[in-house]
Amino acid sequence: MTEELSKYPLELTGGDVPMVRFKNVTKQYGDLVVLDSLNLDVAEGEMVAIIGPSGSGKTTVLRMLMTLETINGGVIYVDGQPLTHMHHHGRLVRASNRYLRQMRSNIGMCFQHFNLFPHMTALENCMEGPVHVLGLSKAEARERAENLLDLVGMSDKRDQHPSRLSGGQQQRVAIARAMAMRPKVMLFDEVTSALDPEVIGEVTNVIRKLVSEHNLTMLMVTHQMGFAKDISDRVCFFFDGKIEEQGAPDELFGNPKKERTQQFLSAVKEAV
Amino acid sequence: MSYFEFLSVNSTRFIDGTLITAMQTVLAATLAIALALTTGLMRLAPNALIRGIATVYIEIFRGTSLLVQLYWIFFVLPLFGITLEKFTAGFVAVGMNLGAYGAELVRGAILSVPRGQWEAALALNMSPAKRMWRIILPQSLVIMLPPWGNLLIELLKGTALVSLISVADLMFEAKQINATTFLSAQAFGTALVVYYVMARFIITPFMRWLERATARKLGKA
Repeated sequence: MTEELSKYPLELTGGDVPMVRFKNVTKQYGDLVVLDSLNLDVAEGEMVAIIGPSGSGKTTVLRMLMTLETINGGVIYVDGQPLTHMHHHGRLVRASNRYLRQMRSNIGMCFQHFNLFPHMTALENCMEGPVHVLGLSKAEARERAENLLDLVGMSDKRDQHPSRLSGGQQQRVAIARAMAMRPKVMLFDEVTSALDPEVIGEVTNVIRKLVSEHNLTMLMVTHQMGFAKDISDRVCFFFDGKIEEQGAPDELFGNPKKERTQQFLSAVKEAV
Repeated sequence: MSYFEFLSVNSTRFIDGTLITAMQTVLAATLAIALALTTGLMRLAPNALIRGIATVYIEIFRGTSLLVQLYWIFFVLPLFGITLEKFTAGFVAVGMNLGAYGAELVRGAILSVPRGQWEAALALNMSPAKRMWRIILPQSLVIMLPPWGNLLIELLKGTALVSLISVADLMFEAKQINATTFLSAQAFGTALVVYYVMARFIITPFMRWLERATARKLGKA
């Protein structure tokens, strides 16, 4: 492991450091290779949409960035620093829990099934991290949470528990909860997939607002092709653990070069 | 002698015994809950030694008879220089025995909190201790309360064994009354009814109330 790691830089420096860089990142479960030597850069403030058939490894990309999955090879850099490795006597070694916690603070994530804390109100959900992780005072955290709930249009429901909220409302609270930690990188993992069709719009509108009002770096796994096309700066089509094709949304949706991309896009179109 | 005469003659003994049984139950339950929480969490620790200690405790106290444990704590421990008063030995034995069952309830409940909750807490960068204490345990409480109700009734009935080391609990008094009056049906019948009333009209409603209160906290009621 150390032999292999020696070829990676300890950190990324220079004028053009990407916010996120995957360098030869591999993920496998036993014999099953989920991601095969993935290379992907995401610039600061860029919105990258990840599309592809299920099982293509797209969700794994986000889960690795959130450190919910370990990586089996390669290095991920966030803001120039290695994410799951750290320096030790001038070499990269597996990161300690302490280092991981420090790096993780750069990243926020929203999940397909929202995962709000059911024993807390919407407001408490959004205050939990700021108070108990960032150490903000209750008053500061409340102000921050209220502003964000306002941003996602959930101010009037702030004292409700998640069980009293619709899926779309829960997802909007979950977005506010993640934003309350002020991450540099936001990850959206199929955030509209569990929603009824009529409420998808309220969540995508919130994400649109984030894109236009905040200079966040975002990675979004989605099945909403129209949304991905509208909102992203770049689209990556994943197939079989690899990026099969990537490019500007107009380019990739309008004029896909690879056969698999064409097949996938036409299959999706037929489904709609 | 009518049953009411029997009761009025022996009421003080029954009341005293019932109070001792209630005290044994409360103290044993407190000990059992504390032990169950600690060892249930220890069973989930990453450290093999910590897990091992909890496993040994659970195996010993769940795998052997409560009566034998009681005798060990009262009669054998003094040989090793640890002498407990009979009242203390009584609730310690019952508490340690039921705590071992409780540990598995705690562990099971923690593991059945949905994975997404652990992941969301990690995504908020919460420390493992905060994740457990603020996110996972409150939710596992709701899951484990109904089986705990069962366990506490089991515990109440288990305290009857402390009469065998002469703790003057309800069962002890019933035996004494039986020995002096020879009215077995009345003596043991009364004990039976009192145990039932304590289980059915104190423990069960209390647990139901707790379940409702925690469900309300989860916004489910």
